[in-house]
Amino acid sequence: MKDLRVELRSREILYTTGFFAVLLVVVFSFAFPHDEIAVAGATPGMLWVIMAFAGTVGLGRAFDREREGDTMRALLLSPAPRLAVFFGKALAITALVATVAAISAPLLALLLQAPVFVNPLEVAVALALGAIGFALVGSVFAAMLLRTRSRDVLLPVVLYPILVPLFIAGTHATAEALPPVPNLDAAWYWIQFLAVYDAIFFGVALWTFESLVIE
Amino acid sequence: MKRVLVPILAALAAIGLALTVWGIFVITPMEQNLFYSQKIFYWHVPNAFMLFLAVFVCGIASIAFLRKRDHRYDDLGLAAAELSVLYGAIVLVTGSIWARAAWSTWWVWEPRLVTSLLLWLIMVGYVLVRRFAGAGAERLAAGLAIFGMVDVPLIYKGVSAGDRHPQAKVVQTLDPSMKLTFWLSVLTFLILFVALLLTRIQSARAERQLREIHDRGLDLGLLES
Repeated sequence: MKDLRVELRSREILYTTGFFAVLLVVVFSFAFPHDEIAVAGATPGMLWVIMAFAGTVGLGRAFDREREGDTMRALLLSPAPRLAVFFGKALAITALVATVAAISAPLLALLLQAPVFVNPLEVAVALALGAIGFALVGSVFAAMLLRTRSRDVLLPVVLYPILVPLFIAGTHATAEALPPVPNLDAAWYWIQFLAVYDAIFFGVALWTFESLVIE
Repeated sequence: MKRVLVPILAALAAIGLALTVWGIFVITPMEQNLFYSQKIFYWHVPNAFMLFLAVFVCGIASIAFLRKRDHRYDDLGLAAAELSVLYGAIVLVTGSIWARAAWSTWWVWEPRLVTSLLLWLIMVGYVLVRRFAGAGAERLAAGLAIFGMVDVPLIYKGVSAGDRHPQAKVVQTLDPSMKLTFWLSVLTFLILFVALLLTRIQSARAERQLREIHDRGLDLGLLES
């Protein structure tokens, strides 16, 4: 909760990662051909790449802030249950990544005429589940990386291989929900896959967070 | 006993390797459809077994390390992780060579290939963490190994659609000499795996003890940093 409150006051991470996401959309609009078929094919990929990149930047910054004040130690020593600390972090990151997705999807539609709003419910559910999974796994690894060297490079190095099933399921779910051939049954299959991924790593994160993060 | 164990295992592996090569090229009959390209299976498949064994050992050692905080488990985990990177590289290279011969392409996006590749990437991440993350790397790496182990079935499920990898059930119908050569090869690589693992554990332990002694020297003011 504290994270959300600090963030709402300063909005530092939200503004910077949000702007970073906007820049990514602009880069993509130069990098990809603009014909309808190419854009429709690349839209799911663009959405999820933006989420991954902007999420990583936000994640690194959110935990750097703890390191600067050495507050992680204080948080862990405080009478608040340790899992509450973890949930606070994961919740804040979920909100951040979801916001990034909410900013970049309309922008893709605006700048590239990407067909993002064909089945808004399915796309939104997939992106939300993706944000949750990213935050769960990301918070554990970012917390572990707090005390190590070269953490900026190592965060994506350790995080992305673990997140691969999430990206596979996420891009499939989004692709099935969007033109050229929307197939909602397949989209819901992949959404369920995302939910299972989130549930499994929710368990693993709960189980390992204490022994991994506490000194 | 410990001192002679590794040389003995290495010698056994060398003999086994020679026997295996003889078995592969002289004894076993030519496969009807694939001809020479099938011969690579005798090495490719045992190495794939060793890859998964190494990852499994690393995962179990990581869990034990987090539970008990005993650094011997950590040495084991590190040794197994480095070996899994080695075996993963061998599997991917031999697999690609075979795919070029049989499917006339170096790489296809197919469940087992992708799972092996991603597993290998996770283990490369593990080794990178151990090498570059400095203090606290053991626990991070252990966490990565556990998350990675949980991840593997999900990756497999996520990419399995349209499987055209040669299926394992073929093994039942093989010529006896083929079976014998194959299992001899598995045994050889298993012995080699154990020998390499033991050697790497010893060097990991020596490195750790040297580091601890160095730290103690610094604490006592006998050494300058």
